[in-house]
Amino acid sequence: MEHAITLFVRSIFVDNMIFAFFLGMCSYLAVSKNVKTSVGLGIAVTFVLLITLPVNYLLETKVLSKGALTWLSPSFADLDLSYLSFILFIAVIAAITQLVEMAVEKFSPSLYASLGIFLPLIAVNCAIMGGALFMQQRVGLEPTDPKALTNMLDVVAYALGSGLGWMLSIVGLAAIRERMEYSDVPVPLRGLGITFITVGLMAMAFLCFSGLEI
Amino acid sequence: MKNDRFREALLGPLNKNNPVVVQVLGICSALAVTVQLKPAIVMGLSVTIIVALSNVIISLMRNTIPNNVRIIVQLVVVAAVVTVVSEILKAFAYDVSVQLSVYIGLIITNCILMGRLEAYAMSNKPWDSFLDGLGNGLGYSWILIAVAFVRELFGSGKLFGFQVIPSSFYEAGYVDNGLMMMPSMALILVACIIWIHRSVNKDLQEK
Repeated sequence: MEHAITLFVRSIFVDNMIFAFFLGMCSYLAVSKNVKTSVGLGIAVTFVLLITLPVNYLLETKVLSKGALTWLSPSFADLDLSYLSFILFIAVIAAITQLVEMAVEKFSPSLYASLGIFLPLIAVNCAIMGGALFMQQRVGLEPTDPKALTNMLDVVAYALGSGLGWMLSIVGLAAIRERMEYSDVPVPLRGLGITFITVGLMAMAFLCFSGLEI
Repeated sequence: MKNDRFREALLGPLNKNNPVVVQVLGICSALAVTVQLKPAIVMGLSVTIIVALSNVIISLMRNTIPNNVRIIVQLVVVAAVVTVVSEILKAFAYDVSVQLSVYIGLIITNCILMGRLEAYAMSNKPWDSFLDGLGNGLGYSWILIAVAFVRELFGSGKLFGFQVIPSSFYEAGYVDNGLMMMPSMALILVACIIWIHRSVNKDLQEK
């Protein structure tokens, strides 16, 4: 339990998807023009991460990694399917986003109206695929490592933390950009250039969390 | 006429239509692998090969792909090409593939790929698509190499891992800029490239 809380806090502040790994940067820059839509996208990313990461974790530990298929038959002990992981992870992500989109449309039209346009975008958001690939790396770590994912609870904590960390950074950037509308920025820097500098300064601010000992 | 079109597809992305600083595609990996020159070059090369190949494959299949499942088809084609490239890297350049870690896998969700497949390969002939992929890959690579050059030179005083700044400089009080190794400086360097690029190409400036 303690380990899961550590993972959760670390993945929001220290291993932040945007500021430490630049994951999901494309939609981060494109959709951060106002706070309301960025909250919507943040919730959608968190939601999809929370569903796809546990599924991909099961896939990794029960199917893909070396000797994972022994639950089927002991003769599979030497089988290592990890070269299939890219295709399977992305297929799972694409399929689940499609399913989530249909389910949300059926059961909660109001949520669909606010998330709807973002859900298809999320299938190609690097943060989701990046989460899956980092999960694959972290499963192989020693259980004593603070980054290791050892059971389902850890994975859920990691998914929730990464999603919230992403949301925190996109909402923060959107709020700054709304304010910046009225500033006098040099013409060649307007739009994209100044946004990059803002994100760079935010990343510097987040550096101070890297000394965090939990 | 035909040659003009080919030249536009190949050379446009290097400057006026650059995938990173104009189309804002593929930023994630562009920033993360630029601490040193060597992984940046390998990454640029891999992306160029993958974009060109998957552009050709999708362009050949463009008339048979049903419209509503096209994203999944594109993703699977890209994932297959990326898997092949990643296995080749593991076999022939293991240390670089360890350095690049998850970012090779993340080429699958690199927006340059989906962007070019959607915008170009779905509606153009294979040879045009190949040139377009090659051009976009090279446009992406030169940004990566420029950023990595500055970061490695000023961050650690090295190029390709060899010491470039002479030790007499250090004795005279020169210090490496450790901030260059941090993620945040990559963003600010790209911002500087955008600044210069837009000062030269005035028609790209935003209001």
